[in-house]
Amino acid sequence: MSEHVEEHFAGSNKLFVSIWLWLVGLTLIEIFLAYKTMPIHFMLTILLGLSLIKAALIVAYFMHLKFERFSLIITIIPMLVICICLLFVWFPDSFRSSELRYKFKESPPVAPAPAEEP
Amino acid sequence: MSTEARAERFPAVDWDGGAFPYRIGHRKLGMWLFIVSDSLTFSALLVGYAYLRASNNWPTPFPFYPSIVFSSVMTFCLLSSSLTMVFGVSASSRGDKAGARKWILATILFGLAFIVLHLIEWNHLMHEGLRPFYLPEHWVKVFTLADGTPPSPLFGATFFAITGLHMFHVATGAIYLAIVAARVKKLKHEDIEISGLYWHFVDLVWMFVFPLIYIMSVDMHGALGH
Repeated sequence: MSEHVEEHFAGSNKLFVSIWLWLVGLTLIEIFLAYKTMPIHFMLTILLGLSLIKAALIVAYFMHLKFERFSLIITIIPMLVICICLLFVWFPDSFRSSELRYKFKESPPVAPAPAEEP
Repeated sequence: MSTEARAERFPAVDWDGGAFPYRIGHRKLGMWLFIVSDSLTFSALLVGYAYLRASNNWPTPFPFYPSIVFSSVMTFCLLSSSLTMVFGVSASSRGDKAGARKWILATILFGLAFIVLHLIEWNHLMHEGLRPFYLPEHWVKVFTLADGTPPSPLFGATFFAITGLHMFHVATGAIYLAIVAARVKKLKHEDIEISGLYWHFVDLVWMFVFPLIYIMSVDMHGALGH
């Protein structure tokens, strides 16, 4: 096996620490947002945006994809994105099914109470 | 002449038919493909969770303590474990196998801390009465809407399935890294890099699980009186 393939690993420890600080900072923003009153769609958009940024940082720097060949990147990323988008094909049905849901007249089942000790 | 030696003699230029069109070994490519397929598994679970959440009255029961505090510390543990892992891979690339082992052991410790904290959090919720297909009785009372729509009893099923599958990945990752640490001197650098890819993927998945499962379900107004 060639030395070129074996020892190719770009990026300094200083760079990795700065990426870690960004990830911790973005997580703190998410926790802060949890206690802010805002419409759920707005909150979901911001949280997903922050998660995508964090995922991109992890994939690019920690998983080293930024330093791999472009052919590997275009083989892996677009097909994953397309497949995940396809998972949402039936998602709008969730809004319809919420309207069709049978309304309980009684309370739904709850966990049975623990047996009393003699 | 072996395939790898032939590949080295005739290096691939883009897609001209070489044995290393991506300039990575077949094992590393295999791990990338596994990560893509596992990403789809978690994506399907999270989309299913989102579907259920959008079509039901979904409870938001997580208090600041212990749920949000614990899950935040768990997030910190996983992020730190990724940093120690990348330090381990970096040490390995310099030929410092002892340093690589030290950083991989630190990664395992962070992973185990994550699992312990997660089990404590699970225990707290199960003690409250949460089960895969039942909600605690006081949750049902608090989260039932004015028109009588009760909260979805599938909250527990989605919570335990998604966080449980992720915890399983962390546990298997810790075992995988323990084997790598034990055999680090015999392994090639690429093998250590591959174990790092898996560990970072586990961290990456949590970056979606944490906000979607925990942050989106905070009991902001103290409805449960925590």
